[in-house]
Amino acid sequence: MTKVLAISGSLRSDSYNSKLLRNAAELFGDEVEVEILGGLKDVPPYDEDDDHDGAPEAVAALRAAFAGADAVFISTPEYNSSVPGHLKNALDWVSRPLATNPLRNKPVAVVGASTGAFGAVWAQAELRKVLAAIGARVVDGEVAVGHSPTRFDEDGTLMDEDLREQLGEVVDALVSAVAERHQLIRTAA
Amino acid sequence: MSTTQTQVPAGTWNLDAVHSAVGFEVDYLAGTFRGQFRDVQVELDTADSGARIQGSAEVASVDVKDENLAAHLQSPDFFDAERFPTLRFVAEDVDLDSESVVVRGEITIKGVTKPVEVTGTLSEPMADAYGNERLGLKLSARVDRTDFGVDWNTPLPTGDQALANDVTIVAELQLVKAA
Repeated sequence: MTKVLAISGSLRSDSYNSKLLRNAAELFGDEVEVEILGGLKDVPPYDEDDDHDGAPEAVAALRAAFAGADAVFISTPEYNSSVPGHLKNALDWVSRPLATNPLRNKPVAVVGASTGAFGAVWAQAELRKVLAAIGARVVDGEVAVGHSPTRFDEDGTLMDEDLREQLGEVVDALVSAVAERHQLIRTAA
Repeated sequence: MSTTQTQVPAGTWNLDAVHSAVGFEVDYLAGTFRGQFRDVQVELDTADSGARIQGSAEVASVDVKDENLAAHLQSPDFFDAERFPTLRFVAEDVDLDSESVVVRGEITIKGVTKPVEVTGTLSEPMADAYGNERLGLKLSARVDRTDFGVDWNTPLPTGDQALANDVTIVAELQLVKAA
């Protein structure tokens, strides 16, 4: 079964990005197991001095979660026109050492929600750049949920049909990228 | 450039990989950045009617002075080694009758195949110390990397891009005639 690691870039308990992530999780279908990453708040600031002879426990768990996933799905808010620091920090830990990091060639999708009008488009663009630099295979497609307090009902369901369709397209693109990668790996074996 | 008549004996010529180099040159910031591919295959078949040359390079063997840069070059941002592990070149009807060589062939980078003109020089075949016939072939071709989907760049504060689109592919080959 395909395993997708889902990450909300917002730590807030009633986060719109976490809601967006749960909406995406429901679109993956029965053949995909979606694991929502916890513990992002426990990851310490990146420090190379702490990355010798065993990383901190939270980092080891983080790296294991990435290594065990076939794909990654990230929903990010936008802080000061960019990626939240704790999300970037987590990716910095995962990316070391760069040449062998578990994100290399791994399909990754990025979507985002913000309370403002633009749906975290700048944070999404920066996050895609960061992920590509790490070596991930960032799939095409963008979902920008602006004015997010108005976009979800009481159960957390994304109400806008166009946005739901876009979210479905990104989910499909990620699933296709995983299938293609599995085929490549089987062919090479 | 003056040209002289060169006679290349008919047969198959195999690459002396140790004494050959295949790589690329591209302007980056204030200078020219160079890289090579360590795992390269080249075969030249010559006949009275003309010659055929084919070559390939493994992306995973890209050799630069920083392992993190090598990893980035293999990633989807650049050559995407997992999906497209091999770069290829092939040319039919190669004219090797003069010191100056112009080869029209096809090059495949990142799964995209396009015609390319390759120019260079051919050395007079010589006998080496081990009883082999050997010749030297220096070739270069300029391609626009974005034609092949190798699109990575990063903007400078001035608004210019850090990495040029034009890339020169360089091959300095020593070929040994098969017995």
